[in-house]
Amino acid sequence: MPDTREITLTVNGKEYRREVETRLTLADFLRHELGLTGTHVGCEHGVCGACTVLVEGRSARSCLMLAVQCDGLGVSTIEGLVEGGALSPLQQAMQDCHGLQCGFCTPGVLMTLTEFLREHTHPTEAEVREVLTGNLCRCTGYQGMVDAALLAAKRMRGEAA
Amino acid sequence: MKPAPFTYHDPRSTAETVDMLASLENARVLAGGQSLMPMMNFRFAMPDHLIDINKVAELAYVRVEDGTLRCGAMTRQRDLEYSNDIGARCPLLHEALAHVGHRQTRNRGTIGGSLCHLDPSAELLNVTALLGGTLHAASKRGVRDIAINDFAVGYMTTSLDPDELLAGVSLPLPGLGEGHAFVEFARRRGDFAIVACSALVGLERDGNIASARVALSGLSHRPLRPAAIERALVGQKPTADTFKAAAAEAGRIEAMADAYVTAEYRQHLARVMTYRALEQAASRAREKAYA
Repeated sequence: MPDTREITLTVNGKEYRREVETRLTLADFLRHELGLTGTHVGCEHGVCGACTVLVEGRSARSCLMLAVQCDGLGVSTIEGLVEGGALSPLQQAMQDCHGLQCGFCTPGVLMTLTEFLREHTHPTEAEVREVLTGNLCRCTGYQGMVDAALLAAKRMRGEAA
Repeated sequence: MKPAPFTYHDPRSTAETVDMLASLENARVLAGGQSLMPMMNFRFAMPDHLIDINKVAELAYVRVEDGTLRCGAMTRQRDLEYSNDIGARCPLLHEALAHVGHRQTRNRGTIGGSLCHLDPSAELLNVTALLGGTLHAASKRGVRDIAINDFAVGYMTTSLDPDELLAGVSLPLPGLGEGHAFVEFARRRGDFAIVACSALVGLERDGNIASARVALSGLSHRPLRPAAIERALVGQKPTADTFKAAAAEAGRIEAMADAYVTAEYRQHLARVMTYRALEQAASRAREKAYA
């Protein structure tokens, strides 16, 4: 008999109630149970950062959390970044700065930077590079992402168009 | 599914947790999950019972009492990093935390989890060794204090009994006049260090070294405190030559080798890291003396 529990959690502002096997990771729960396949699964052991989501506003590897641990908590994923049908300032800046190529690591990068930019309204390039160490990109490289984070911060401060 | 099947438990108190540890066979404690979850995803670890202590609120705290920093085992690395008490009274720990994984892993990872995982190059283990910390193991039998020197019994193996829970750790704070340093070398930022070195240096009024502590990680299965090197520094002038001599000794300590890094390279790094740590710690001690 598989060990199961009923959990209730909020994902991108919407409440879900599901019965889950307790060994189901949060990443697989989001993708397989809720169909939110924007959260990508790369290494599945906490190294690549592709599966990064926000749990109660803090970035976390969703492959290293169990869905059952999120009972009663709020989760934000890449699908929740769009604001009123438009790209968020960070998403727009990523496009403008060519911060992605194949796009596989992008959801994790955006969730990491979303948390970071909330707490750092005036980030330095070094701080952006430091926070991005937790996300591996194997094609575009990081320069475009760094530019995008700095541009998004500027735009969010109302200092750039 | 990545992990093998287990029965999940989420106790709310230490008492409930140690009851479970005493009665359940092949149980593992899940704290921040940044080491155990990868091991379960790889099926290196296949516990029959997973005891998740994330809801045990009493295990998450940071307190400074009588010159001692006390941390609950479930205190997240991020909360240590952002603790004003630690920033003010133990900048050494604050500096070490910046090297622990990445922001996303520090958001979840805990001090207790890091200590129990016992990775030879773990930064929090190194700092606990440097400060001569005491670990508090709770079980139904009571609380047992374990000196950090007695904690590692082998490679990634602690002296905790199967029914014991690491509940917290006490770290004697450095003296106010002591300068600190934490340096490490890793191939990429956030990776496990190949060699890490922390140091605390205190100076006499005449400028000579009054006290010196060094902890080296990456040479053995646990951090080493090279007592002979520490003793030889006392009474010396804090000059480059003094630190070069100490570093040369550190470079002669026997080192382990693995598939990626030779013993010779670890010894080379031990020499370089020890020099840098001592130099920086002494320079900070001097700044404090003039402040």
